Amino acid sequence: MARITLDGIAHRYDTRSQSAALKRLNHVWQHGRAYALLGPSGCGKTTLLNIISGLIMPSEGRVLFDEKDVTQLPTERRNIAQVFQFPVIYDTMSVAENLAFPLKNRGIDRRAVKARVAEVADLLGLTRDLSRRARNLTAEAKQRVSLGRGLVRSDVAAILFDEPLTVIDPSLKWQLRSKLKAVHRALDLLMIYVTHDQVEALTFADEVVVMKDGSVLQVATPTRLFEQPEHTFVGYFIGSPGMNLVAAEVDGHVAHVAGQAIELGARYPKLAAGSTKLGFRPDYTFLVADGSGVPVQIRRMEDLGRRRLARVALGPHEIFATVPHDVPIAGEQAHLAIRQDRLFVYAHDELVSGDRR
Amino acid sequence: MTEKPFNNRAWLMVAPVFALVLFSALLPMMTVVNYSVQDSLGQNQFFWNGDAWFRDLLNPSTEIGARFADALLRNLSFSLVALAIEVPLGIAVALSLPRGGWAVGPVLVVIALPMLIPWNVVGTIWQIFSRADIGLFGAALTGLGLHYNVTQEPISAWCTIVVIDVWHWTPLVILLTYAGLRAIPDAFYQAARIDAASRWATFVNIELPKLQKVLVIVVLLRFMQTFMIYTEPFVVTGGGPGSATTFLSIDLVKIALGQVDLGPAAAMSLVYNLITLTLCWIFFTIMMQLDRRRYA
Amino acid sequence: MVDVLPRASVSVARSRPRSFTLRRGSGLLPKLGFAVYLVALMLPICWLINMSLRSNEEIMSTLAFWPHHPSLEKYYYILNDPTWIHAFGVSLTYVAINTVISVTAALPAAYAFNRYHFIGDKYLFFWLLSNLMAPAAVYAMPFFNLYYAIGLFDTVWAVALAHCLFNVPVAVWILEGFVAGVPREIDEMAAIDGYSFPRFFIRIFVPLIANGIGVTAFFCFMFSWVEQLLATTLTATDALPFAAVMSRSYSVSGMDWSLLAAAGVLTMIPGAVVIWFVRNHIAKGFALGRV
Repeated sequence: MARITLDGIAHRYDTRSQSAALKRLNHVWQHGRAYALLGPSGCGKTTLLNIISGLIMPSEGRVLFDEKDVTQLPTERRNIAQVFQFPVIYDTMSVAENLAFPLKNRGIDRRAVKARVAEVADLLGLTRDLSRRARNLTAEAKQRVSLGRGLVRSDVAAILFDEPLTVIDPSLKWQLRSKLKAVHRALDLLMIYVTHDQVEALTFADEVVVMKDGSVLQVATPTRLFEQPEHTFVGYFIGSPGMNLVAAEVDGHVAHVAGQAIELGARYPKLAAGSTKLGFRPDYTFLVADGSGVPVQIRRMEDLGRRRLARVALGPHEIFATVPHDVPIAGEQAHLAIRQDRLFVYAHDELVSGDRR
Repeated sequence: MTEKPFNNRAWLMVAPVFALVLFSALLPMMTVVNYSVQDSLGQNQFFWNGDAWFRDLLNPSTEIGARFADALLRNLSFSLVALAIEVPLGIAVALSLPRGGWAVGPVLVVIALPMLIPWNVVGTIWQIFSRADIGLFGAALTGLGLHYNVTQEPISAWCTIVVIDVWHWTPLVILLTYAGLRAIPDAFYQAARIDAASRWATFVNIELPKLQKVLVIVVLLRFMQTFMIYTEPFVVTGGGPGSATTFLSIDLVKIALGQVDLGPAAAMSLVYNLITLTLCWIFFTIMMQLDRRRYA
Repeated sequence: MVDVLPRASVSVARSRPRSFTLRRGSGLLPKLGFAVYLVALMLPICWLINMSLRSNEEIMSTLAFWPHHPSLEKYYYILNDPTWIHAFGVSLTYVAINTVISVTAALPAAYAFNRYHFIGDKYLFFWLLSNLMAPAAVYAMPFFNLYYAIGLFDTVWAVALAHCLFNVPVAVWILEGFVAGVPREIDEMAAIDGYSFPRFFIRIFVPLIANGIGVTAFFCFMFSWVEQLLATTLTATDALPFAAVMSRSYSVSGMDWSLLAAAGVLTMIPGAVVIWFVRNHIAKGFALGRV
């Protein structure tokens, strides 16, 4: 299989309600790539995942595996596997029996099953535990078994993950994450990974789909999401701390924030006052020692070792800024400089592209 | 599971319960113990009799020993038969109950109805229902040509008591199993579908293991309840015909309240109680083991 | 080129997420079996109602599903007869008293069992559980003597206290499960906020498990309402429960079946009413914590 296509997919859990769990979207998932569905709880990412896997039938639209319409097909007839939030294993069986189960149910002969189980166990580091009762393993090992049950079928072309690290000990999360990436590299499968944790998403995925309230806000590589967020939510959600967002009045190449003028890197048409915002990441916002820049008041300094962050006030707005090591801080007054090519304008929360000539 | 703090002042909180159950259970048992080691010549004159009553009771060749052994056997076989029917039936019905939606409430109420009927009324219902002249059950069975007569045929009496118990108490099995099934997260069923497991394989590999603890409780409760059954057989058959349905409880009450043989009755009470205590202990240990395994 | 299907043909058929249909009964046979079970369950009850609406002569002469001349005369009789009314009143009274005692005593005990270890806690819990399994027959005679000796014989208090034998363990068992559902952090927060223990317990903790208390009260009510051996043994004339009155329902021509049937139907009503109110919680209650 080369790809999964979502064509006009939308979903409502309750046909009478006005709010849709998933608003209309079209997307193509390419074979062999790793995607993350990132967003806060309730944004519709699990719904989307379940539509792809076939556990939910969408209210509208079609799901296509290559060119084949699988919307009506139940999960077991699509060649996908799913890993859930908590380990789903068969308590009474050993690890080997767990891994063999999907194949046995499909009538594969014993020797082929045994070989395949050994292969997958080796890939996932489970060979040593094959004869142990599955329920005696750690949560992290159990999740590997769950994953193994998906990988053991040779017809599986896509694996879907629904927040699989939820019950794993925080100190062990990286282990499973690395294992997942290794599997991805080894098997060249399409992987779709749902999470609300941006670190997981950004380290795992080739492309991240950011969602909120049932809509897809942006689909891009982790770098691009960070450098050029197309929606204020994307800017705010990604990065720690997230993007600074302040209400502004934009006219031409100047923005007015709390009475101060800020030079923009491009020309913009006149934008309505109430719905315009200026977005700039703390990583590209600096306190400067010379008197240039926007005057602000320092509220608090945070020394994070590697870098220093300052919480400053520009009028009524609170802004995070990076404090370079060679900039001395004296008293409460300081000046703020923002990298112009990383200064974005949003109208009604969506990115407005200016004229950079 | 975080460790619980050790605090002996908790006894203060347990005190009311302790006092109540002491009063209800231990105090009366002391009088029973008292009677079980004494004999009486009538008119409240008692003398020490040692363990004579116990020896008589546990010796099947004495009259009372034979009676006790018979009743015990009747109880055990009844419990086994009733359980063998109720547990699979209850599980089967629980599996076919609706999982959600408007129907759940009314269905649960209807299912639970037999459990809410006072036990003497249960007896009365079946007393009527099993009569060949005025009862549907009796009339239907005799109409089919079977020799059905509750008051005269031991087999009829036995079968009727079993049917009554199944009718009366399967709802308990159903409700508890249903609660256990509802506790199984969706994801397990979804994974089973992805693994192309058949309905039977899903039942054996997912539902049954997750129901282990519930089933232990169910078997314990039901076994105990069948072991001490009294009111229903008393009302419907009076223990008869002959002594075909004279279970331990019925026999005990007959001896204790009917005749004036307090000694043997007391001895029987103690042995009866000891049996239930032992069985309870076994189940309790099994339950603790299951608990420990879950948190391992 | 991917064509988008017209909306109409798609949305109507798919308003229900498939996961809801995932676990519906697989096929006709289980549904049929279930229906048969429900019918078998209701038959004796329907028969009882049938009996209660017919006269004794009619009952003895013909066997029929339907009362030919349905009459509520037996119901009128019962609801107007002082003996019967008194009997029902007595039963409701001792059940209520017992429920209150059992739940009140069990609350602190359930809390203690769940939150603390103390000397003998496992043995105490086991002993409680074993009283749940105590054969009432074993206690009939001793209770008779005991309550006679302390002068409570033939009062509602005798039965109410006697039923504590099994109801208190039930209450502790069920409540402990609900107590387990309240995180310990709440206790700690209350302590930090300066609540004394009694105040915390009454004002904060109890409202949190109000649900569980309702379920427990239901089960105590049920077990006490249905138990008849002890209730009839410990009463004679003043505090006769309805079971005793029922067993004396002879008329000149033998057992007064239709009267008995009417009385039986009336005894089912309190149970049905109570269970209707807790229907959403019964399945949770008995199994919670212990399962």
